Amino acid sequence: MNMRLSYGMGFILLFIPCSLLVAFTHYPALKALLNSFWNNGSSFRPSRFVGLDNYETLLEDDKLMQVLINSFIYAIGTVPLAIALAIGMALLVNSKLPATGLMRLSFFLPTMLPMVAVANIWLFFYAPGIGLASQLLNAVGLPSINFLGSTDTSLVSMMVVAVWKEAGLFMIFYLAALQSIPTNLKDAARLEGAGSVRIFFTVVMPLLRPTTIFVAVNALINAFRLVDHIVVMTRGGPSNSSSLLLYYIYEVTFGFRDFAYGATLTVLMVVILGILAAFQFWVLDRKAHYQ
Amino acid sequence: MTGGLNRIAFTTLAFVLAAVWGLPFLYSIWTAFHPEKYSANFVWNAPLTLSNFAEAWQAAPFALYFLNTVILITTVLVANLILCTLVAYAFVRYRFRWAGFLFSLVMVQLLISPEILIVENYLTLSTIGLTDTIIGIALPYLTSAFGIFLLRQTFLTVPKSLDEAAQIEGAGAWRILWTVYVPLARPVYLAYGLVSISFHWNNFLWPLIVTNSPEVRPVTVGLSVFATVESGIEWSLVNAATLMTTAPLIIAFLIFQRQFVANFMRAGIK
Repeated sequence: MNMRLSYGMGFILLFIPCSLLVAFTHYPALKALLNSFWNNGSSFRPSRFVGLDNYETLLEDDKLMQVLINSFIYAIGTVPLAIALAIGMALLVNSKLPATGLMRLSFFLPTMLPMVAVANIWLFFYAPGIGLASQLLNAVGLPSINFLGSTDTSLVSMMVVAVWKEAGLFMIFYLAALQSIPTNLKDAARLEGAGSVRIFFTVVMPLLRPTTIFVAVNALINAFRLVDHIVVMTRGGPSNSSSLLLYYIYEVTFGFRDFAYGATLTVLMVVILGILAAFQFWVLDRKAHYQ
Repeated sequence: MTGGLNRIAFTTLAFVLAAVWGLPFLYSIWTAFHPEKYSANFVWNAPLTLSNFAEAWQAAPFALYFLNTVILITTVLVANLILCTLVAYAFVRYRFRWAGFLFSLVMVQLLISPEILIVENYLTLSTIGLTDTIIGIALPYLTSAFGIFLLRQTFLTVPKSLDEAAQIEGAGAWRILWTVYVPLARPVYLAYGLVSISFHWNNFLWPLIVTNSPEVRPVTVGLSVFATVESGIEWSLVNAATLMTTAPLIIAFLIFQRQFVANFMRAGIK
């Protein structure tokens, strides 16, 4: 046990996996940083060192500003809503109501679907005129809304899709946490005369806290790195109203072929995720120890 | 009395939420199984049809896309299982200089995942000439920090006495890995496998960037191309294609529902 690792054995165990990891995680992250100090080369004009020029562009980029605001609203809007719904779903599915199996299926199914399929389903659901959303609005006498075609509603529509897709997954984690809560705690509270609502907020909620931190961190990171639905449904539009940071990176790099600015935006993305990680470390260290 | 009323309110709420949640999907099913003219038009006795599925299946090479996805997820899964096992074994069973530092380097991938490094990874792929290949899609995902972490946690719970007993019996490092550690981690391999398969079946942006030709497209990319270009936005076809491409996952889920949920829970908690 805990033997010294010989060079030969170490090489066999670690060389291939670690080289792959370095080649596709550490190297590209550092390469993005380096490339952000150079401009785009072409066949007749090699790229040259431009210092902080790309970062100046970044600071003056109004479109980026809007994209960051969108990303912020998207994260702040979807994460708490998905968590609240997930807790509600877990409570329902965990209760002794009839047909909980069917409910669990309904809540969890969107999680199983690829985001592209989810996007197609919602594209149709939102479609002006024939979509179910329009039809329901018309049925109650309201005018139909062009959900994806209007700058006022496109981002919110994307957020609804994200919550629909993710809440079911989080429900599973809460379900696991709920089932691990000892029933005698709730019985004791009930003997003391606490009602269901009180028991939920004073007994159950505190015990769900580690799960909430875990889910929130994952949801937050996911809010930054899953943009498949933007690609399929709105392409960031109309006029960037639904564009998120990763989608903007994709658009700048592979749409406008501006790899240097794409690298600069990647650096920004890594910095934002780094801040989130530091925050996570700080919060987890303080609050989740009794797990 | 209020208890009864509460229960009724609670039940109603539950059913309403579950029904609302199911609506978009049910609407998609309705449209896929009915002729075009009933696609947004609810008549209880509208004729059912499978022709949308047949037409969508003919209109794009979905069989090929399925094959590509299967090749992709198999490659990634096999590589992950082998490589993550090796790394986790090294971290758990041996001590070596820089082990802690190396482990934190590995964990970096949990945060800075391949999804956000699309720009530079694409440049790397085009330098080595692997754009528009299935192996190119798979490369950034062949080692997984999540898998290493999960297996390391599991291997740590293997009793040292088992390992020592095997050594006394004269078993070498490989035999001990194969006969002691791997069997004890079987449920974790299953859980990791399910999570990995559903992640890579669903992955879209990176394959979209890497692939150009239908010969290497996975199902997700094929579906998006079909939905936006090839179908002429005929909704019944789009919905049929959407259901068709997700059917294997849904069927698998319905069959393995219990294990699936349990394994997702396990993978999340560890």
